[in-house]
Amino acid sequence: MTSAESRLVGLACAAGLLASLFSCGGGSRNSPGPSTGSNVQSLVVNAGPDLNYANGVFTTVTVCVPGSSTCQSINGVLVDTGSFGLRVLSSALGSLVGALPQQKDVNGNAVVECAQFVSSVIWGPVKTADVQMAGEHANSIPIQVIDATAAPIPSACKAIGPAEETLSSLGANGILGVGFFAEDCGNSCTVANSQNPGFYYSCAGSNCQIIGESLPEQVQNPVAFFADDNGVMLQFPAVPNAAPSVNGSLIFGIGTQDNNALGSAQIFSPDKFGNLATSFRGKSYPSFLDSGSNAYFFLSSSATGLPNCGSSASGFYCPSSSVDLSATISGGAGSNTMSFSIGNASQLFANTRNFVFPTLGGPNPGLFDWGLPFFYGRTVFVAIEGRQTPAGPGPYWAY
Amino acid sequence: MRWSSILRVGGSTALPVIVLLATVPALAALGEDAASIQADQAHLRASVRILPGQYYSVHEMQTPAGTTIRQFVTPAGAVFAVQWQGSAPDLRQILGRYFDEFVAASESQPARRGRGLHLETGDLVFESGGHMRYVVGRAYLRSKMPAGVTSDDVR
Repeated sequence: MTSAESRLVGLACAAGLLASLFSCGGGSRNSPGPSTGSNVQSLVVNAGPDLNYANGVFTTVTVCVPGSSTCQSINGVLVDTGSFGLRVLSSALGSLVGALPQQKDVNGNAVVECAQFVSSVIWGPVKTADVQMAGEHANSIPIQVIDATAAPIPSACKAIGPAEETLSSLGANGILGVGFFAEDCGNSCTVANSQNPGFYYSCAGSNCQIIGESLPEQVQNPVAFFADDNGVMLQFPAVPNAAPSVNGSLIFGIGTQDNNALGSAQIFSPDKFGNLATSFRGKSYPSFLDSGSNAYFFLSSSATGLPNCGSSASGFYCPSSSVDLSATISGGAGSNTMSFSIGNASQLFANTRNFVFPTLGGPNPGLFDWGLPFFYGRTVFVAIEGRQTPAGPGPYWAY
Repeated sequence: MRWSSILRVGGSTALPVIVLLATVPALAALGEDAASIQADQAHLRASVRILPGQYYSVHEMQTPAGTTIRQFVTPAGAVFAVQWQGSAPDLRQILGRYFDEFVAASESQPARRGRGLHLETGDLVFESGGHMRYVVGRAYLRSKMPAGVTSDDVR
C-alpha cells in the first residue's frame, strides 16, 4: 500500500464508520474477547491508532511509575510475538514520561537503546515502570520509551536502517513483544566487545557509546514477570473473509489456569536462531510465527509463481485470483501440514472499510514468516525460554 | 570461527569450487569495485573467504556479532548483489552509495508493516525479513546482474 492509499483508507475509517469509531482508534473501548478472567487481555485487529494498519493486532497496556498509582493507559499497542519487551511512544505516555525513572549505567549516564528490528530501529531511553495487563502485574521492569530527542541517534544505529519514532511511522502507540525470550537482546548484548550487536548505549549528553548490558537490565518481556509467567496464548476466531475488525484474546500462562491448557496442541521447538522449518514444494526454509507481521511473508515471486503487486500494493502478492497453497511446518517433534490462501492485495485494499485480511501475502526471499493471518481461527501458544510448562520448558510454539 | 554451510556458486550449475580461506580482502559495497576496496572487511572486523565461480564469485564475511554477509562479484570485479543473515547488519557499509536510496524508499511506504521489506527503486531491489535477533536480507542491482544469473542465485 502506498502512503497515499493508506491515507485514503484512514479517512474512510474515520469518516465513514462513526458508529464503530473506537474500533478504528485502538483497543480501549472494544468489547471483550471470547474469554474472560484475570489472565485474559482483549485484543483487536483493526486500523489501529493511525487509522491505516492492515492486519495489525492491538491491545491496551497500563504503565505506572514504579510502586505508585500514577499510571497511564495506552491503547493501540501492537502485540508482537516476533520481538521481546515493551516499547511505548513518549507522546502516548504524556506526563508519565518525566516521572518514569531513567536507567543509568555505572557512571551515572543514561542508558538509551537502539532496538533492532528487521531493517529498522527504535531509538529511545530505557526507563523503569510497572506494567499491567488484565489482572497481571510486572513491577519495576525496564521498558523502552520511543523518543528520538533523548540523544542524537548514533551513526552505528542509523546504519541498521531508518528509525521509527512516531505514530505515523509505527502505526501504533507502542509494541508489546511477547515472543519466547525474556530479554530483547540476550547474552550477546552483555559483552563489551565487537561481538556486541549494539542494542544498548550509554549517553553522556549527546555522546553515546555502546555498552554491555546485563540480562536483567535489558528491556524485559513483561509476561516473564506476571503471576502466569511461562508464556502466552493467542486466540482468534476464524476469519473467512476480509473484515473491518476482529476481536481476540491474549491469555497469560500456559497450563497455569483452566483457560490456558495446551490440550491437543503440538509442540514446535525452535533452533538456536529462534526459527522453525517450513517445507514448501520440496525445499525447507527458516520459518517463524509472528503476530507482528501483517501477512504471510514467504519466498519470492519466482519460487511461488505469485506475481508481485504494482505500486498500488507494493510489497505484497497480487495473483489474478485467490491461490490455494500448502506447506509443512516442523520444529523438534512437531510437524503440521498447513493449507492457506493468498488473495490479490490490491483488490483487497480497494475496499477501504476492511483492515482484517486473512489472505494477505507478500514476498520474503529465503524465509517463511507466518504472520497474523496464520493466527486467525487458531489458538497459538508461545512458551518463554527456560520456563517450565506442562510440555516441558520453553522456548517453543504450540498450536 | 565457524563457516556456514555450502555455498552455491555460478548459478544452478554445480561447478568445482576452490575455497580460498583467504587473506585476500577483496570486498566492497554494492555497486563498487571489489578489487580496490578493503573497507568493508576492516569496518566490520570480519573474516573472509572467497568462492570463485564461472559467472560470479561469492565473497563471504563473518562479523564478530554473528552476521554472515555474502557479496556477489562479477568476473570484472563489480559487486552486483549482497546477502546477509544473522544479527541486523551495518547496511550503510554494505549498501554503500545505495544506503540513502534504501532509507528513502523504506520511509516512503509506511503501510508495509511487520517484519519484511520489499523495495524496488528502479535499479535497486532490497528485500529483508526475520524477527528480533535474526534477520535475512538481500539487495541487488538489476543492471549489474551478469548474464545467466537471476535473483534466485542471490542467497
